[in-house]
Amino acid sequence: MNNRSFAAIFSPFLLGTVFSFAQNKISPFKPYEQTIPGSGLNFKMVPVPAGSFMMGSLATEKNRNQDEGPPKKVYVSAFWMSAYEVTRDAFDLFYNDQNISQNSDVDAVTRPSAQYVDLTWGMGKERGYPVNSLSQMAALMYCRWLFTKTGVFYRLPTEAEWEYACHAGSNTQYYYGNDVSQLSKYAWYIDNSENKYHQVGQKLPNAWGLYDMLGNVSEWTLDHYNEKMLEQLSVKAKDPFAAVVSSKYPKVLKGGGYGDDAAHLRIANRIKSDPSWNKRDPQIPKSKWWLTEGMQVGFRLVSPVTQPTPEQANAFYKKYIGK
Amino acid sequence: MKKSLINHRASRREFVKQTGLLAGGLVAAPLLADANFFTNVDDTIKIALIGCGGRGTGAAAQALSTKHNVKLVAMCDAFRDNLDNCYSALNADDWSDITGRSESLKKKIEVPEANKFTGFDGYKKAMALADVVILTTPPGFRPIHFEEAIDQGKHVFMEKPVATDPAGIQKVLASAAKAKQKKLNVVVGLQRHYQNSYRELFKRKDLIGDITSAQAWWNNDGVWVRARKAGQTEMEYQMRNWYYFVWLCGDHITEQHIHNLDVVNWFKGGYPVKAQGMGGREVRKGKDNGEIFDHHYVEFEYADGSILNSQCRHIPGTMSRVDELLIGTKGKIRCGKADITDGKGNVLYQYDKKSENDPYQTEHDELFEAIAKSEYKFADAENGAKSTMTSILGRMATYSGQLIEWDKAINSGLNLQPKLYAWEAAPSTLPNAEGFYPVAVPGVTRFS
Repeated sequence: MNNRSFAAIFSPFLLGTVFSFAQNKISPFKPYEQTIPGSGLNFKMVPVPAGSFMMGSLATEKNRNQDEGPPKKVYVSAFWMSAYEVTRDAFDLFYNDQNISQNSDVDAVTRPSAQYVDLTWGMGKERGYPVNSLSQMAALMYCRWLFTKTGVFYRLPTEAEWEYACHAGSNTQYYYGNDVSQLSKYAWYIDNSENKYHQVGQKLPNAWGLYDMLGNVSEWTLDHYNEKMLEQLSVKAKDPFAAVVSSKYPKVLKGGGYGDDAAHLRIANRIKSDPSWNKRDPQIPKSKWWLTEGMQVGFRLVSPVTQPTPEQANAFYKKYIGK
Repeated sequence: MKKSLINHRASRREFVKQTGLLAGGLVAAPLLADANFFTNVDDTIKIALIGCGGRGTGAAAQALSTKHNVKLVAMCDAFRDNLDNCYSALNADDWSDITGRSESLKKKIEVPEANKFTGFDGYKKAMALADVVILTTPPGFRPIHFEEAIDQGKHVFMEKPVATDPAGIQKVLASAAKAKQKKLNVVVGLQRHYQNSYRELFKRKDLIGDITSAQAWWNNDGVWVRARKAGQTEMEYQMRNWYYFVWLCGDHITEQHIHNLDVVNWFKGGYPVKAQGMGGREVRKGKDNGEIFDHHYVEFEYADGSILNSQCRHIPGTMSRVDELLIGTKGKIRCGKADITDGKGNVLYQYDKKSENDPYQTEHDELFEAIAKSEYKFADAENGAKSTMTSILGRMATYSGQLIEWDKAINSGLNLQPKLYAWEAAPSTLPNAEGFYPVAVPGVTRFS
């Protein structure tokens, strides 16, 4: 089965009314600061222009895995992406929002259950550390909460969007080139992280102003993992994404984390989520929200230029979150 | 150092290793088959699950995931809906979202309707059908359930804590002695004893000389709340929202922080002789928060004068830490970091966290292996009771604000259990007209 197609989820957005920029103070396709209402916090979104790139890696790339090829040309529509990984400060506004239910099976927007133990493992919380140890569902629920708070549609990037944004016009293994000895300037990874994540934005960004795309925490994408994704991808695919699959595993993450080596930080590297990331959750059902062994897992946001209607946005969340 | 915490592509070496194991298995298999052929014994180990909540479901799944010939034959929960949810979760067609393997546990589950028991008394009949019982109800029931299991001659896996009051501790200690006489294996879910990093640190504890002080933390956001529903009797409400009632839960110092206190007892090789401390409820004090505190700070003292400073807190937005630190005459053991340092901070030993296991699974792997081989290897109940008592001692200290001595406390006869276990019966604590429960007040609450 071809898991990639043009269709269902995103095409409705193209038909939707163009988002009212004035209403939300977003100037046309420039960086903007999104304030989270009711807090003093805001986060920066930067424009990722429409374009095309070669997705995947060549068979000659060092440390390359089978599932990264064959490389194919992919077209991507314009979107905004958060300049930094979502921070724990921002996530906590949702996590501690007393106006919504906690861990409800029925409510459309509900916040995560309490962490059984501290899943930052002492690496840092307040003042700019990335949120970590969370499931893809928890990340998507944060997007939904943010949509209800701001009226702006946020979601996880597709795998193609993430990879395109990370390259930022480059065609090299890392967005700055291929020289591993330079990686420490751009990323927190096993050689410089002291085995912990760091405050976001301390390393050099890529050409489009995106920080920590490589290393620090690996980042959830929207896509279900398919080993033959590139093989099955149609020629000149536009905005490809994986079919929505209800099973929790495996989903695709990108970028690698603080505990990974340089090979795992290559842009084309695909990480697939695994049930063992929750092996030390002693309960069944296991937590929908948290990962006991997912200390390297975080995420960042995207927002498409062509915004969906509220109905379309809610249909999107329902499709991915399941309610 | 971890090369990759989250990338699970099997390396060539791992692949070869797995293939090697498979080959070994093929050689060994005929021998096992012969053994069965000649002895002609049904080696099925039958399991009864008492307490079908999230942890009970997890424990049953772990027991059924061991490599032995095991079968779940009976289930019991006070509530039928809990039992049904557990039964359907265990019978899921595809287990891959939990274990990563698609096979189901179905063929190891044989619990006909007649073997599903509910209410307060069902446990006796459920246990009678099994060789091994899993005790995972709220801890208030553990003493009577453990007593029955041992009286019936069953091996036991039971979750911590093993009681909520000193009378319960005495009952568990008496049953633990009987279990030893009968050579019944008992594993208690203080899973750090079954976790590789802790085991390796324990082996090397002499590197830090004599332990003179320790710190223990369970500071975190807290747990779920189950609001009162129309039509519930007081007993049903408390059973549903059990975390907030001391007779059922023991307070969070007992229900969670026991893990950290137990580690210190384990490394110290003993139990405190007295405790004093402070605590209260600062933010968690609604109608559905029952009677427990949201923070405790206790100074425990061991017979040799060494001190354990213990803190546990359930307050969102505060510093989180779940950990233990042991300080000796020659250095420190930092359990969370899994390392041992000397007095100057030089690392003497660092456990490689890549080798960390799933201790919840290991508990069952080791217990069921001993049972399958007819070995008597596990007698965890006495330590389980004494580490539980440590946490109760701390609670008595924070509730009263007095210095509490171990010997007096454990022999106090303090019993929080209701006189009668029935849906219409009155629990030992009741709400006032506004729906609030009496809460301990240091300086006023007494245990003498």
